[in-house]
Amino acid sequence: MANEIDTGNSARKAWMSLIASAPEEVMMALWGAMDNRPSFDWLRVPEVGGVMVRGRMGGTGAPFNVGEMTVTRCSLVLGDGTVGHGYIQGRSKPKAEAAALIDALMQTEAAALVQRDVLKPLADQVAQTKSNRAAKAAATKVEFFTMVRGED
Amino acid sequence: MYVAVKGGERAIENAHAWLAEERRGDTSVAELSTAQIREQLSLAVNRVMAEGSLFDADLAALAIKQSRGDLIEAIFLIRAYRTTLPRFGASRPVETGQMACDRRISATFKDAPGGQVLGPTFDYTHRLLDFKLAAEGEVTPTEQGTPREDVTPHITEFLQGEDIIQREPESDAVPGDLTREPMEFPANRALRLQSLTRGDEGFILGMAYSTQRGYARNHAFVGELRIGKVAVEMDIPELGFAIEIGELELTECETVNQFQGSKTEPPQFTRGYGLVFGQSERKSIAMALVDRALRWEELGEDNLGAAAQDEEFVLSHSDNIQATGFLEHIKLPHYVDFQSELELVRKLRREVEERTTAHQEAAE
Repeated sequence: MANEIDTGNSARKAWMSLIASAPEEVMMALWGAMDNRPSFDWLRVPEVGGVMVRGRMGGTGAPFNVGEMTVTRCSLVLGDGTVGHGYIQGRSKPKAEAAALIDALMQTEAAALVQRDVLKPLADQVAQTKSNRAAKAAATKVEFFTMVRGED
Repeated sequence: MYVAVKGGERAIENAHAWLAEERRGDTSVAELSTAQIREQLSLAVNRVMAEGSLFDADLAALAIKQSRGDLIEAIFLIRAYRTTLPRFGASRPVETGQMACDRRISATFKDAPGGQVLGPTFDYTHRLLDFKLAAEGEVTPTEQGTPREDVTPHITEFLQGEDIIQREPESDAVPGDLTREPMEFPANRALRLQSLTRGDEGFILGMAYSTQRGYARNHAFVGELRIGKVAVEMDIPELGFAIEIGELELTECETVNQFQGSKTEPPQFTRGYGLVFGQSERKSIAMALVDRALRWEELGEDNLGAAAQDEEFVLSHSDNIQATGFLEHIKLPHYVDFQSELELVRKLRREVEERTTAHQEAAE
């Protein structure tokens, strides 16, 4: 049972994490193309705030405060009582609303459809962007070679 | 002393209208969009985010446009905006060991696993003006290599294996936050690092340079410098678990410093640490040098009386918004202050003159 909850949480963590930093234009285009948007009531209307980002001394030691980042959050409830939370980086209230709706729908029978039409293509695009950047970095890796001096 | 002075409203309104016009400049030249600033002046945007202490590239770009490119003014705007935001909480400490590195170099180990990755650097450019940029032109596509799949390990891990570098004590202690409680001295290292990462780049650079020139010398190698993206995780109370709430670009610098040992510590390498928002390489190296200099006491080193060892001096003067606020306030009306000074100087002069006259009369 505990495992089942953990798996549920880790799947939910994965989609919420993907949405939080996904490029807004891409995500809203995919979301906008979906039909049958459910009606909902707000539990918490979208609100822009700050989160203090922490680092660790020396990368591994005690925490310290680096600075804040902007975050927008909201919570809503679907007609059937499913609650969705949106937590996204930045200040876009429409994106936070879409994030909460996706989070709610992913807990309903619509999950497969949302996964197929929004989350999967979004994840693919994010992975492609990351991979492109990593490929450019790889091309700037120094390949050392040793110059041989003298006769022997 | 300040005195309310009336009568300036119209002049102020007109001055602001003129400011808006000057900000726009020649209207026959296309207007700059904030997206252009974000994309094409990204290092200025990074500096405003780092010193404004708020990671939001669109806001930083807007601030740069509004301030006509005066970055300290832009930082001021970001700091002011930041205070209006409700605080949702604090993140878990970011895992820089998991960073997707655009750049990663080490001045100490040539063949470190993960290699020397130069990234989009100004290093090795000839610093000659490129007049091609003055004309519009296409950018040639970048070469692509095989992306690295594994995470890039921290360089200091290798020295740690030999136990020849000071270890960072593990801790999850909640750090103090200088945006919530005013700074008090002595400050601990967490507060010093928070203060340094948002401190003025020029000031931190100057302090760091002073240590290199011999004021509290602590010979530093850049053990590692890395730039890239890390995920930010936060525990969400309504969920009961942590999710990633976003992704930040960070620059991290770890210095490795020679250390002869002291009364309390064996000979070993010691560390300085820099972690700054965005691609902020100079700032991050400078931060690591100043961090190391400020650690003299915990390492049992001598206080050589150098400025960079004096945390009150460094931390009280590194914040360019505090500094500019106090510096620039002296241009505001001080009419009454000045009137009293004027009276005083006139009185002193009168007294001196009277004495001189009396002296001359006595001599005659």
